[in-house]
Amino acid sequence: MNLERPTIGILGAGKVGVVLGQLARRAGYAVMMASSRPARDIALTVETLVPGAEAKDAAELARQADIVILALPLSSYKNIPKKQLAGKLVIDAMNYWWEVDGERDDFIPANQPSSLAVQEYLADSQVVKAFNHMGYHDLHDESREAGEPGRKAIAIAGDEENDVAKVAELVDELGFDPLAIGSLERGALLEAGQPAFGASLDKAALAKIISG
Amino acid sequence: MAREYIFGLDSFGDIATDEAGKLMSDAASIRLVIEEAKLADKLGVDVIALGEHHRSEYSISAPDTVLAGIATVTKNIKLSSAVTVLSSDDPVRVYQRFATVDALSKGRAQIILGRGSFTESFPLFGYDLRDYEVLFEEKLDLFNEVRKERPVTWSGTKRAPLEAADIYPKTEKGSIDTFVGIGGSPQSVVRTAAYDMAPIFAIIGGSPDRFAPYVELYRRSVKQFGNPEYPIGMHSPGYIAETDEEAVKKSFPLFKKALDRVGESRGWRPMTRSHFMSEVENGSMYVGSPETVAQKIAKAMQSIDASRFDLVYGFGPVAASDRLKMVELYGSKVIPRVKELLAESA
Repeated sequence: MNLERPTIGILGAGKVGVVLGQLARRAGYAVMMASSRPARDIALTVETLVPGAEAKDAAELARQADIVILALPLSSYKNIPKKQLAGKLVIDAMNYWWEVDGERDDFIPANQPSSLAVQEYLADSQVVKAFNHMGYHDLHDESREAGEPGRKAIAIAGDEENDVAKVAELVDELGFDPLAIGSLERGALLEAGQPAFGASLDKAALAKIISG
Repeated sequence: MAREYIFGLDSFGDIATDEAGKLMSDAASIRLVIEEAKLADKLGVDVIALGEHHRSEYSISAPDTVLAGIATVTKNIKLSSAVTVLSSDDPVRVYQRFATVDALSKGRAQIILGRGSFTESFPLFGYDLRDYEVLFEEKLDLFNEVRKERPVTWSGTKRAPLEAADIYPKTEKGSIDTFVGIGGSPQSVVRTAAYDMAPIFAIIGGSPDRFAPYVELYRRSVKQFGNPEYPIGMHSPGYIAETDEEAVKKSFPLFKKALDRVGESRGWRPMTRSHFMSEVENGSMYVGSPETVAQKIAKAMQSIDASRFDLVYGFGPVAASDRLKMVELYGSKVIPRVKELLAESA
């Protein structure tokens, strides 16, 4: 195992969480997975779908992983173990999706970009938004080595340059060209209903639709 | 022993177009499905499976009623929903309706339960989307009791409890084959195995082989629960015409129209031709001549070790005559050819 590399914790063992776990394992990262249920409930799922990853309880994962990716339904963000995530880099891969989340203003004030609400809740963590606009089956199918023709891009929104750089490295390792689009607030451009939502495009094309 | 393969045709009762290119009425679109089912039955297609939707582009909101109509004019074809949106229906009533179809068809009814891909039924029937998860879980649990065809004692949080309630009509074979439509959520896979129901994977985009690990998860879950393992089913959209060129040319605008309309309400980008073609070539749209489609189906079934393939045909405002042609090509050419291909590589 490469000791330099961060351990990736994925909170959420649904469609997106599983694909991100698979990509991270393939890229050689140590991976932990957790959901809202106890570790034993997802053990078989993790063992089968993300071989080599460890199933954990959410709090344990939050404590142990170096970088934590949030891939839960957005509406449950206030159940995320906040204390254990203090001081950590947290990647918000969530978006509001009404069929899963119900009414948006039940849990996030109208017009507030969802990642700002997540950052507000996780006040002691550094939140960066990434892996939001591409559908999970495109994430699965489109991962490619750096420099391969037709490689697709993933947009990243965050406030601290250093954090964005770390996320960019992860995006690259997982098989996509990183595209920094500015502050966390600009992450609103990656929410459902925005032109970039659903985009599975190369870096130039993605940059173009995001800049409008 | 050679494995038994099952081939189905799935429709949402999309509003078709007539000879003048005009959209048909809802009623005429429903009658078209009956004609297609009759033809499919004659050609030996194994299953006709009808979706439940509550949107202007689809005519079928009550699949079991349409299946009842089909039951009386067909002989062998199995009659299924695809899917019954269980979250916003009553499990007792669902079972009664399908048990009735089972009686009319002499034991040919099947049920595919699911959440569906739309949520219009929630406000329509007075359900709260906030209960999305719990409604499905509880109703699946109740349905699982009802399908045993014994007096049911059950309680949950979203419905009045039942105390030794006997439910009628009983079926002749004592049960109705029950499947769960799975869209790729690992939790659905495990739940299907836990309830001893059969899995049908809805693979509507991307490469089908990414579902192979989910099939493995189903098989391992079944073992863990000590339940029997059922053959794997899959369901994907397509368009069949005499030649590849004709199929692509005709289907692209139809798929685009239908998918962009859904996309509009979900914040997806309009479908591009290159995205469409990548789905046709490497993904989950089975578009082309009978030979092309058969090759693609055989390959997909092998990639996830599936025994059943259901083609969603007539997606979008397809001309009624083209739909009938598609049913004919599927039944007379595609199915025999897929069977041949699967036998060759067995």
